[in-house]
Amino acid sequence: MNNKMIARFIGKILLVEAAFMLPACGISIYQHEEAAVQAFLITILLTVLMGGALVVTVRTEKKGFHAKEGLVCVGISWIVLGLFGALPFFLSGSIPNYVDALFEIVSGFTTTGASILPEVELLPMGILYWRSFSHWLGGMGVLVFLLAVSSGDERSKGFTMHILRAESPGPKVGKLVPRMKKTAEILYILYMILTVLNIIFLLIGGMPLFDSICTAFGTAGTGGFGIKNDSIAGYSPYLQNVCTVFMLLFGVNFSCYYMLLLRQVKSVFKDEELRLYLGVVFGSIVLIVWNLRGFYGTLGETIRHAAFQVASIVTTTGFATTDFDLWPAFSKAVLLCLMMLGACAGSTGGGFKCGRALLVLKGLRRSVRQIVHPGKVEVVRVNGRTVEEKVLENTNAYLAAYTLIIVASFFLVSVDGFSVTTNLSAVLACFNNIGPGFEMVGPTCNFSGFSMFSKLVLIMDMLAGRLEIFPILILFSRTTWGKR
Amino acid sequence: MKIIIAGDGKVGSMLTRQLSAEGYDITLIDANPKVLETTEEMYDIMAVQGNCATMEVLEQAGVADAHLLIAATSADEINLLCCLTAHSMNKRLHTIARIRNPEYTDQIIKMREVFPLSMTINPEKQAALEIERLLKYPGFLKRDTFAKGRVEIVELRVDADSPLCNHTLADLDSVVRCKVLICAVLRDGSAVAPDGNYTLLAGDRIFVTAPTDTLETLLKNLNIITHKVKHVLICGGGRLCYYLAKQLERSGISVRIIEQDYERCVQLANLLPGVTVIHGDASDERLLEAEGMDDCDALVTMTGLDELNMVISLQGTIRHVPQVITKLGRVDNSHILDRLPIGSTISPKQLCCNTIVRYVRALRNQTGAAHTVHTIADGHAEALEFRVDAGTKYIGEPLKKLHLKKNVLVVCITHGGDQEIPDGDSFYEEGDTVIIVTSGDVVIYQLNDIFEA
Repeated sequence: MNNKMIARFIGKILLVEAAFMLPACGISIYQHEEAAVQAFLITILLTVLMGGALVVTVRTEKKGFHAKEGLVCVGISWIVLGLFGALPFFLSGSIPNYVDALFEIVSGFTTTGASILPEVELLPMGILYWRSFSHWLGGMGVLVFLLAVSSGDERSKGFTMHILRAESPGPKVGKLVPRMKKTAEILYILYMILTVLNIIFLLIGGMPLFDSICTAFGTAGTGGFGIKNDSIAGYSPYLQNVCTVFMLLFGVNFSCYYMLLLRQVKSVFKDEELRLYLGVVFGSIVLIVWNLRGFYGTLGETIRHAAFQVASIVTTTGFATTDFDLWPAFSKAVLLCLMMLGACAGSTGGGFKCGRALLVLKGLRRSVRQIVHPGKVEVVRVNGRTVEEKVLENTNAYLAAYTLIIVASFFLVSVDGFSVTTNLSAVLACFNNIGPGFEMVGPTCNFSGFSMFSKLVLIMDMLAGRLEIFPILILFSRTTWGKR
Repeated sequence: MKIIIAGDGKVGSMLTRQLSAEGYDITLIDANPKVLETTEEMYDIMAVQGNCATMEVLEQAGVADAHLLIAATSADEINLLCCLTAHSMNKRLHTIARIRNPEYTDQIIKMREVFPLSMTINPEKQAALEIERLLKYPGFLKRDTFAKGRVEIVELRVDADSPLCNHTLADLDSVVRCKVLICAVLRDGSAVAPDGNYTLLAGDRIFVTAPTDTLETLLKNLNIITHKVKHVLICGGGRLCYYLAKQLERSGISVRIIEQDYERCVQLANLLPGVTVIHGDASDERLLEAEGMDDCDALVTMTGLDELNMVISLQGTIRHVPQVITKLGRVDNSHILDRLPIGSTISPKQLCCNTIVRYVRALRNQTGAAHTVHTIADGHAEALEFRVDAGTKYIGEPLKKLHLKKNVLVVCITHGGDQEIPDGDSFYEEGDTVIIVTSGDVVIYQLNDIFEA
């Protein structure tokens, strides 16, 4: 394995992270938050030293960089990002325990939005900004960002494909244009435009600038860290509806937006994954509104809350306008199913992904038909194109790994002795990068009650969920580190 | 510039490697998803799976805003249809089709009038011409011609008994006693632009720039004995063999062909009445002996199997056939093959690739582009020919005062009709032709690129 090249890559990632801490540090300086300023400066210094040392000292002629290196590189990068990103919380004293701080920042980078903080509003503004910004960076992927800005030696090689594949969600990741750098640029430009639009719409509704920016970051990355204790509940109905719409927009595959720019409107609306996604959203809202009749005062309010919660859960954002833990069992069951489904492939959302669900369902339908007609030959098609058998196999393998991790984490977390619903929903909420679950980890509560061990398990779940399992799983495989 | 390459075969992937490294946006089309996946992982390109002659696939590949389509699938007819279809979707598209069926060769000019083709390319025919040139001037491993055939870059191997062996380049003039310049040395699979202190060792392959009329002196002073080629033995009777035999026959050289497939033998005998066609297994030593391997002046191996070609060529070298030429289909392991004494190697695919790359560069840079581009030293170095125009910098300045980029050499200056192998005091004037050799990663698009920024 090409350890040196991976080390150089991680060095660069650290430099990028340090650069992104500067605005947060600036906010702290502006607000005279001395502890936070000190924490940021120390962290930036450490990060730059570490990253710089890796980039400057490690030189290698070996150019071999294959699928394995891509996966390992992405896996380690995200762990290192978390380890350094947690320092400002820890050093400033905002979160006195390092594991808690790690939980918080990993929850940020993986766009989970699960918090261990009971009182968010007490945090310094710089820290709050860094916490929300981690969503934005983690949403589209920090390595993809590096691909967009890097030049020269990395650009001309094909190996960047391995990194895009490992970091971007979806069963089959492809480029938009021939050049990787250009593809990464297009993705980030679309991402920025949508984020800015979101901020503008929030500002129109009278939300303060700082709140707008942080909320937009949380929405764009489908993260869900609020900067208020009651998440979005305190804002006006208009602002809540803006959030609903933008959460849903960020849950759509970004290549759809690119196709819209190319005026291929027809193929966007014929996209089967998008149709499934919108269908599921609409269906869930209808079901929950029906189930909640009489729960809120007016039908309008019911629809608003139902739509917001459905959007928040299906895109794995995790904002809340109401305590959905108090909803009737059927509505909660709908939400639980949405937790596992997740958003579209190629979006910033997490979960199993609509695209994969589509493949699994179509594969299942074929299997059933083959039981009836044993000799039947049939190919699975999506959007009129034949899906290769290998992709179907990988999707089924992913489903197996996905289930296995949920079961294993559920067992490990259950050691703490909380209720089954708490444990299961905590694991689902972390693994699918949502944030809030039910009961003890419901929208009005937080994860601080869990033991250190459970928190570490949940941290790994969040990383595995964001990176789609394999980049993290491969780190624990002996064949990865041996010489084969 | 956006380029679509249809067909991810050997030529397709070779072109992909070269053009992608030069900074073009490549979209590759092939019907086989497995091949595409490997190529996509190796190079920064986009891959589209499907039939390249269908509008749907071409649209997916972005033909609407592409500048050039290169159709290099295995079937001529698909290549033609692909170019035709693509051109109907984008009228400004340049198209290159690989057409190599001998039955079409005579009508190619007509076809270019009827079909919207910017260029057609026939690798086998090109290779046949190249082999013929080597046979006409034996002693060199390769020849590349510049300045309308008056200057050449020739490739030689330094053997242990060569007068150049263990000498530094500063001694070159005293050894060869004519004005030539070593522009690149290939040692252990990488090319260097040598300076005066560089010592040549046995096994090095050197690339020498020399005016065509000094080639004979060069060979004589290097103790390389040359024969005029009269009898050629060809192993393998494919398309390349047909083209070559036809040309050799025309220039009065007697040709014998050994081919394994009886049907093909009959075909060849029909097509080439003056040539001796022998049905038999070319790997059979006794057959080779019986068919006069020991008496022929040149042995050319061009069966479909690289391994077989190498084995037969090795036999030829051991039996002291004066000139041995080996055709290779794969060039990616040529750094290993260099250590084997198998004579000159010819790769039709590499030649085809070079021609296309030359076209692409000319397209990108209509003015100031290189007249000729030759890849030498297995693709580790490039020789380019430029015309000096009013926009060229440092006209009239002696070369020793110029700061050239590392690994760039000016190897020849042609004033009017005179070729000069330059030294530090040489200079160029407007209207001159200069030949530049670059090794390593330097890419030169126009003459001014050779100077340090």
